Amino acid sequence: MAETDLLRNPRPRWTDFAIEALIRVLGFSSVGLVVLIFLFLLREGLPVFFEMPPGNLLGTRWYPTFDLFGTLPLILGSVLITLVATVIALPLGVATAVFVREVSPDWARGTLKPMIEVLAGIPSVVLGFLGMTMVAPLIRRTLGAPTGLTAFTGALILAYMALPTIISMAEDALDAVPRSYRDAGLAMGATQWQTIWRVVVPAARSGMVTAVMLGMGRAIGETMAVMMVTGNAARMPVTLNSLFRPVRTMTATVAAEMGEVAQGSIHYHALFGIGIILFLLTFVINLMAALTIFRKRRQGGLR
Amino acid sequence: MPLRRFFRALTLRHFWLVGTSHGSPLCDRGLFADLSLPLMVGLVLLGLIGLLAACGPLGPDAGSGGSAAASAIENKGSDTLVNLALAWAEAYMALHPEVRISVTGGGSGTGIAAMINGTVDVANASRAMKPEEIAAAQANGITPVKFVVARDAIAIVVHPSNPLDGLTLHQISDIYTGKIDNWSQVDGEDRPIVLLSRESNSGTYVYFLENVIRLGDKDSDLLFSPDTLLMPSSEGISAEVRQNPNAIGYDGLGYVTPDQKMLAVARGASGSYVLPSMETVNDGSYPIARPLYMYTAGEPSGQVKLYLDWILGDGQSLVPELGFVLLR
Repeated sequence: MAETDLLRNPRPRWTDFAIEALIRVLGFSSVGLVVLIFLFLLREGLPVFFEMPPGNLLGTRWYPTFDLFGTLPLILGSVLITLVATVIALPLGVATAVFVREVSPDWARGTLKPMIEVLAGIPSVVLGFLGMTMVAPLIRRTLGAPTGLTAFTGALILAYMALPTIISMAEDALDAVPRSYRDAGLAMGATQWQTIWRVVVPAARSGMVTAVMLGMGRAIGETMAVMMVTGNAARMPVTLNSLFRPVRTMTATVAAEMGEVAQGSIHYHALFGIGIILFLLTFVINLMAALTIFRKRRQGGLR
Repeated sequence: MPLRRFFRALTLRHFWLVGTSHGSPLCDRGLFADLSLPLMVGLVLLGLIGLLAACGPLGPDAGSGGSAAASAIENKGSDTLVNLALAWAEAYMALHPEVRISVTGGGSGTGIAAMINGTVDVANASRAMKPEEIAAAQANGITPVKFVVARDAIAIVVHPSNPLDGLTLHQISDIYTGKIDNWSQVDGEDRPIVLLSRESNSGTYVYFLENVIRLGDKDSDLLFSPDTLLMPSSEGISAEVRQNPNAIGYDGLGYVTPDQKMLAVARGASGSYVLPSMETVNDGSYPIARPLYMYTAGEPSGQVKLYLDWILGDGQSLVPELGFVLLR
């Protein structure tokens, strides 16, 4: 009797309901946590936009000890090294991904991919230390800059840190291109290079864009390595040689100064204000990535 | 409430057992002398429950109710002072094994903020507290008490290959505001000048700004040039000075390693150039010297007071060993 009941109705309703509810709660909690973090950021950061005139906040001088909270040099500093890092990492990353997926033999691919992913696990302090002791002196000597602690040094280290993300994601995107595309390309008489460049890479483009955007996201949020190698001088990077001069990023500023501020002071709110700006910037980058993918999908592109 | 009293008694008793004799009357009378037996048994049971709760993941407050054993001293702040503070802590712990002193750096601002927030007993500072910090402390019900524990000279350092031997205070000010940006303008080689400084949470930063860049002029609004590289640590400065012939930096005398070159400093163009040392700081001829402080939250008592008394007495013998200058 009980057995037939079970068969007819294999699980009591309430277990179903409980499990479903649990999964739903867990799913929504990730959204909820992000919202809470954002609200916290707003609560701690917004006051500075009222306490300080906008002229001060958009000024070019960041001297928190003297109530000068010009965030412009910090924003431009972060943008500069992120863009340069992307410019360096993009061709290297895509080329490596193409090599690993399309050109290298199977046995090499099996070792290359895990090794690239191991690169992502190197702690950023280690890279920062390498940058400070080895890359910086090299840059000063070879490029003739007054000091080796420059935006370019930071961009190099960041590019190196973003590479594993970009390669790994781009490789996955290439992997998802159906074999029939390659076969068709080769059957039409295209060489392997033409097939890769004209058929496979365009087909995987949206995945590639996501890969680069994620790499950028990693670069703009990176703190420790950047703080160690960029010199942290809050100067406006507007002249042509700025790339080879020190620069101060938003992340390094928050990391270097958050430890010392009295809670609730203007400086404290200003650092959270930087957090809001950083959040918006990353949000815009992600939004652009999402829009690109969306547009590609609507045009019938692959993935 | 009895639970809390029990824990307080427990920590006090522990305190008393490890051999300090300035405790509260409770210790002197003996811990449980005035408690009847049933009450005591009840307290022990409550205490056991409390201990269980403290061991479980849900009861973090139960154990810390009695303000972690009074024989642990938390000491934090100035990176300039950190080596000296460590040496003091080690020597003192060797003399008094029952006291645990933990020392961390992070900068004067960090230490003072921690003292204001009540997370450390003693804050090290290489500058005096700012009025707004004192106000913040008072808002938290804390009256900071200041102790001068040593004196320090700030050395101006350059790469050993730099042919320059001395600068006037005025020249240093012009260099750090960016008015002078090439060594040839101060009779050096034709090289750009790379300015190094500590981060703005460093007491050395504030002292240097007020007394060197602004030359002690309260109305001056001169600032560090925006091209100044802000290094997160003393080591960051010495690493860059060691390998970059363009660099100029400043740091506490105790932190200058032999592979950096110290510059002699003159008060004015006609004054004599003086290198920093014990003697020149004490006779006042070296112009960039300052007192170093320890701050406590309120008048120190108990172990903290003993520790500070020792620092100002016997502990002073360690000061010159670490490159600082004795109090006169």
